[in-house]
Amino acid sequence: MAELRKETSQEMGLHDEQLKGRTQKKFFSIDESENLTYFHSFDVDTNKSATIDALDMTPREINREIRELMEKGIGDITVDNPMSRHGVGVGILNRLNLTFSDSLGYFGCGLIDGPNVHIKGRVGWSCAENMMAGTVVIDKNAGSTFGAAIRGGDLVCKGSVGARTGIDQKGGTIIVGGKTGAFSGFMMQRGRMIVLGDAGMNLGDSMYDGTIYVGGEVEELGVDCVQADMTELDVRYLTEKLALYGMKTPRGVEKMQKHTSGKMLWNYANLEPNEKKLIL
Amino acid sequence: MCGIAGIIHKKAGKGVNIGEQMTSMLQALKHRGPDSTGYAMYGKDNGNQILRFKVAEAADLEGSYDIHAIIKDRLETVNSRLTELGVKVVKKESPTEYAHRYEVKFSGDMKKVADFVEDVEGVEILSIGNSLELVKDLGDASVVSDQYGLNDFNGTHGIGHTRMATESDVDIRSAHPYWAYPFSDVAVVHNGQLTNYWTNRRALERSGHRFSSNCDSELIAVYLADRMSQGDDLETAMKGSIDYLDGVFTYLVATKDQLGMAKDVMAAKPMVVYEGEDMIALASEEVAIRTLFDHRIETFDPYHGEVKVWQN
Repeated sequence: MAELRKETSQEMGLHDEQLKGRTQKKFFSIDESENLTYFHSFDVDTNKSATIDALDMTPREINREIRELMEKGIGDITVDNPMSRHGVGVGILNRLNLTFSDSLGYFGCGLIDGPNVHIKGRVGWSCAENMMAGTVVIDKNAGSTFGAAIRGGDLVCKGSVGARTGIDQKGGTIIVGGKTGAFSGFMMQRGRMIVLGDAGMNLGDSMYDGTIYVGGEVEELGVDCVQADMTELDVRYLTEKLALYGMKTPRGVEKMQKHTSGKMLWNYANLEPNEKKLIL
Repeated sequence: MCGIAGIIHKKAGKGVNIGEQMTSMLQALKHRGPDSTGYAMYGKDNGNQILRFKVAEAADLEGSYDIHAIIKDRLETVNSRLTELGVKVVKKESPTEYAHRYEVKFSGDMKKVADFVEDVEGVEILSIGNSLELVKDLGDASVVSDQYGLNDFNGTHGIGHTRMATESDVDIRSAHPYWAYPFSDVAVVHNGQLTNYWTNRRALERSGHRFSSNCDSELIAVYLADRMSQGDDLETAMKGSIDYLDGVFTYLVATKDQLGMAKDVMAAKPMVVYEGEDMIALASEEVAIRTLFDHRIETFDPYHGEVKVWQN
């Protein structure tokens, strides 16, 4: 099990926050560093590579094989012939370079915390659901509920995605190279979504917080979603973020539209700063 | 949940083994609905009409001591009614005791034939057409295709369905596809739930349309039949259905030479499309389409509220 170095956690600012609540206090206690790591997370060497031919394997066998390779310290894994199977590449809780040479089905790369995943094809519904950290880059299109409830990391689709992208998004960044479907950003609570193409109807419906940037046309804004002014900081952020993945918007990031929540929680103004963090 | 799939070959020539292709796709969708499986496949038109009908439910065979005699009686009544209307039966096949396939010669009003035959208690016409063969039964795709000998069905296109029963019973009557009575060669499969089913059903029944089940999906077939009877082409009728139908849905419809797909405005039900030069394949999940290929393919998800129609 990987040990969390004290100075790293301090660099991350975990101990600067005075979070309330017994659970959080315990979780972030440096004296109990084992609480900051997971079971089944492994120290891997990204210079060690392996390839899995998944042609005749079940999703469970593929996931088990990935875990066994990580257990051996292999940090660069390629999965050939995933054949659009569902639930593959899930629950990876450590750093890892993982490549799928073709498309995945539903719930691909869900519940991950740390790996860098490259999918050289398309993904089905709910890709990277509940992702905590790491990167997932998809070369083609993605189905609906792309990045549902993600909390961190970068989730990138270079093609177009379906409806309800980033539903219940709680953090992290979702980047879409093409267009996104209806109800994208539905109940978004935090994080950023960058859509270089068009956005379907009810964009950001019922969003509490977070930011949605759209490069193309917006069919219709949802309830609580309002257009906001682009700042210099937004332009810098978008330029740098898109450059990371070699992506560009045809009209330039300055022309992108920024959308945020227009609704304030009824007692938001009365909350202490720490409490505001908690409710988000 | 339900799974739907469709395939159309643009250059089928003498036909392609779409029976095997559809079975392969539907079997891959079994996890979306194991209750029943149905096919609507389009073969070569040899000048005869194909009449697919059932005289009992599969479950009836276990429910009554005299069911075999009842089935025999019903079949004899159907035969005599066909004779009475001047329908000439040139070929009879009975894949099961309760499901029958007749090739008939008849140039009169097929709606009248359908109404007269369905008037026999327990009898339901599954389809009538020059090339449509509609088969549906309980079990997964491999069970149904073996039972009905569909694995070497040659044709140009087809649609299919694996059903997880949510709105009505597990029986053949509620299984998909639905024939768009009284239109020859039109069939529909649906994944989703329609919330304005009863309101619209009552209105269509008042206009003289018949419903054979209590399954909400049948509304789509009847609605399309209604619109086409008023002069709409398939694509126009399908576009109208996006506003007419309330709820969540993705459905496929096939005619003698077309395959269409429609998705609701919330895009709540999945559909993945492969569009090649010679063939188009669609399914609720890409994993079904991948069973047809041994190499990488390009696929896409249709947009919300989208209607697409392909011609063979």
